[in-house]
Amino acid sequence: MTLETSSKRFPEQVRVARADVNLQQALGKLKLGLSAMRSAAVVRLPEFDRLRDEAAAIRDHTLNNLDHYLLRFEAAVKERGGHVHFAPDAAAANAIILDICRAANARKVTKGKSMVTEEIELNEHLAAHGITCLETDLGEYIVQLRNERPSHIVAPAIHVVKAQVAEAFAAHHGAAPPGGREEASALMAEARTVIRRHFLEADVGITGANFAIAETGTTVIVTNEGNGDLTQSLPKVHIAVTGIEKIVPTLEDASTLIRLLSRSATGQEASVYNTFSTGPRRPEDPDGPEAFHVVLVDNGRSRMLGTEFQDMLRCIRCGACLNHCPVYGQVGGQAYGSVYPGPMGAVLTPSLAGIDEAGHLPNASTFCGACEAVCPVRIPLPKMMRHWRERQFDAGLAPRAQRIGIALWAFAARRPRLYRLLSGTGARLLKLLGGRRGYLSRLPLGRGWTAWRDLPAPAGETFHAAWRRRRGED
Amino acid sequence: MTRRRVGLFVTCLVDFFRPEVAFASIRLLEAAGCEVVVPEPQTCCGQPAWNSGDRASARALALDVLDAFAGIDAVVVPSGSCAGMLRQFPAVLGAEHPRHGEAVTLAARAFELTSFLVDELGFEPPPVAATGDGAVTYHDACSGLRELGVREQPRALLAAAGVAVTEMDTASVCCGFGGTFCVKYPDISGGMVDDKLASIERSGATTVLAGDLGCLLNLEGRLLRVGRPVRVLHVAEMLAPPEAS
Repeated sequence: MTLETSSKRFPEQVRVARADVNLQQALGKLKLGLSAMRSAAVVRLPEFDRLRDEAAAIRDHTLNNLDHYLLRFEAAVKERGGHVHFAPDAAAANAIILDICRAANARKVTKGKSMVTEEIELNEHLAAHGITCLETDLGEYIVQLRNERPSHIVAPAIHVVKAQVAEAFAAHHGAAPPGGREEASALMAEARTVIRRHFLEADVGITGANFAIAETGTTVIVTNEGNGDLTQSLPKVHIAVTGIEKIVPTLEDASTLIRLLSRSATGQEASVYNTFSTGPRRPEDPDGPEAFHVVLVDNGRSRMLGTEFQDMLRCIRCGACLNHCPVYGQVGGQAYGSVYPGPMGAVLTPSLAGIDEAGHLPNASTFCGACEAVCPVRIPLPKMMRHWRERQFDAGLAPRAQRIGIALWAFAARRPRLYRLLSGTGARLLKLLGGRRGYLSRLPLGRGWTAWRDLPAPAGETFHAAWRRRRGED
Repeated sequence: MTRRRVGLFVTCLVDFFRPEVAFASIRLLEAAGCEVVVPEPQTCCGQPAWNSGDRASARALALDVLDAFAGIDAVVVPSGSCAGMLRQFPAVLGAEHPRHGEAVTLAARAFELTSFLVDELGFEPPPVAATGDGAVTYHDACSGLRELGVREQPRALLAAAGVAVTEMDTASVCCGFGGTFCVKYPDISGGMVDDKLASIERSGATTVLAGDLGCLLNLEGRLLRVGRPVRVLHVAEMLAPPEAS
């Protein structure tokens, strides 16, 4: 397993997140912002649900024939003078990228937003070998300055409020520019000035790829800031790093998925930049990199094929499930302890890092289904979280108290006479303990409930007892 | 109209905490012209086991439910969550199981109470005599809403009964109950129920209705703890005609 997480500490990280005033303020805005914008965009596109069916079918077809399309993609990239590298795991991906950087004598590398490079911890790897890797997406840049991990797969710094951005800039850029650091626009202007210098100095530009098109050998990035374009077209070398599952067969397929991606992610009809990169610069091109490399990272993905988790590989990383998840809305992304948080992370993180590492994540869900309801490629996320719980149960990894509790309860529920005796006694007892107030504030073994809630006392006589009595059976 | 023979699946929470929800459901179904039976022996649909990854226990309980409800025209449940579980029985048993066919039949005949009354029976309840003071709001329980498409049905019944519903701004957002979730992750669940309470407060409602007792216990428990006088009722309790004396 090669995805590093701190997901085992989920409960402590939840407590920290709940107590973080800035985070809670930022999450409050998320609930009303991105999900409302998505809904508005969906209303404006009557064929949205039909597109979701098409998109899921495109992804399924590709995953069922992934070997074929990966080879087609590789051939198409080579035909156009580019290079494709297959990386079985994070270490291999980092080594490949380091080699390319070294061959280019790179000291400074710029990077557009890419979750796969977060997954493999590329920045740290390059830094350990003397190469500075600078994030150019504003959110990623802020997160990098603050020396932390992104908290959202689309909006990496969504947990950070404006004053914290100003603080980070003061610590790294020195004295405030003439515009000051009060306004968001001033902060953006400052970031733009600083990052522009890096674009011009970089020896290698690294981006992710939202899609990799098999028929043309094209990688696609969907962005709003334009940083990705400068990252990949100014330096001599462009490396696109993405997961093996990002392959789509045709340009037409990519366009179907892009229509869903922007609307699902941010409620935009189209993102500001949809950039298609096919091969290195040709003699007649006015600009572009001299070398074009694509690194296709497996890192646990192919292991999911043919299992109950294959559908997770349909994911196009729009983040809609995070934006609509009430659990994510309470704790933000960092509490999950993985670069993949929220509902998609609750399925993907255990797939890549192991269920023994990430056991909390698929359990921290009410199965409310809001994620599945908005997923553009109709991934049955709650069902897959349940599958992780099954794997956990089968491996004896579920918490002891829970296993014993469920076993005792199931034993009784399978024996109706015993069950009636226990439930009848329990209901009478709790009714008694509830007294005249009619509720209980403390429960033996029930601290999880009474930490936040009282327990309304039962009526005292169970339905089944009352039913028998009324029908004169007792 | 032919009289439909309906088996009530009581749910373990209703049986234990609030039997009146089941009695109210029976009165509603009878008012709608059904013959209601309560098959024995029934205990629980097995959802706690299923959602905890314990497939063997879930399968055993599903078989018990199949036995209890064999030969019943329709299984009606005053809970979207448990009705949704009955609909999953084919998956619980698996396609290879010798009784898979029975599970498919049961799943096709399992209904959440309000959707059964509206979609299957076209029932319009008589006016509710007194709705109490203040506005009434309705919380959409997640499984009913997103697994079974229960949204308009309870609202149609309430409208027909003369109960005006003042909508919350987050009626369809989870209340944080989630079965064992609420005791395993109390800090997250607590934050979610507080968001829901805030939404109820913004609506100005003094009565909150829902179709699932899990949500209702969670909401009522938190309302009691913070001392907010909001009445919490199952939609069947609001709609059912009074008991004949």
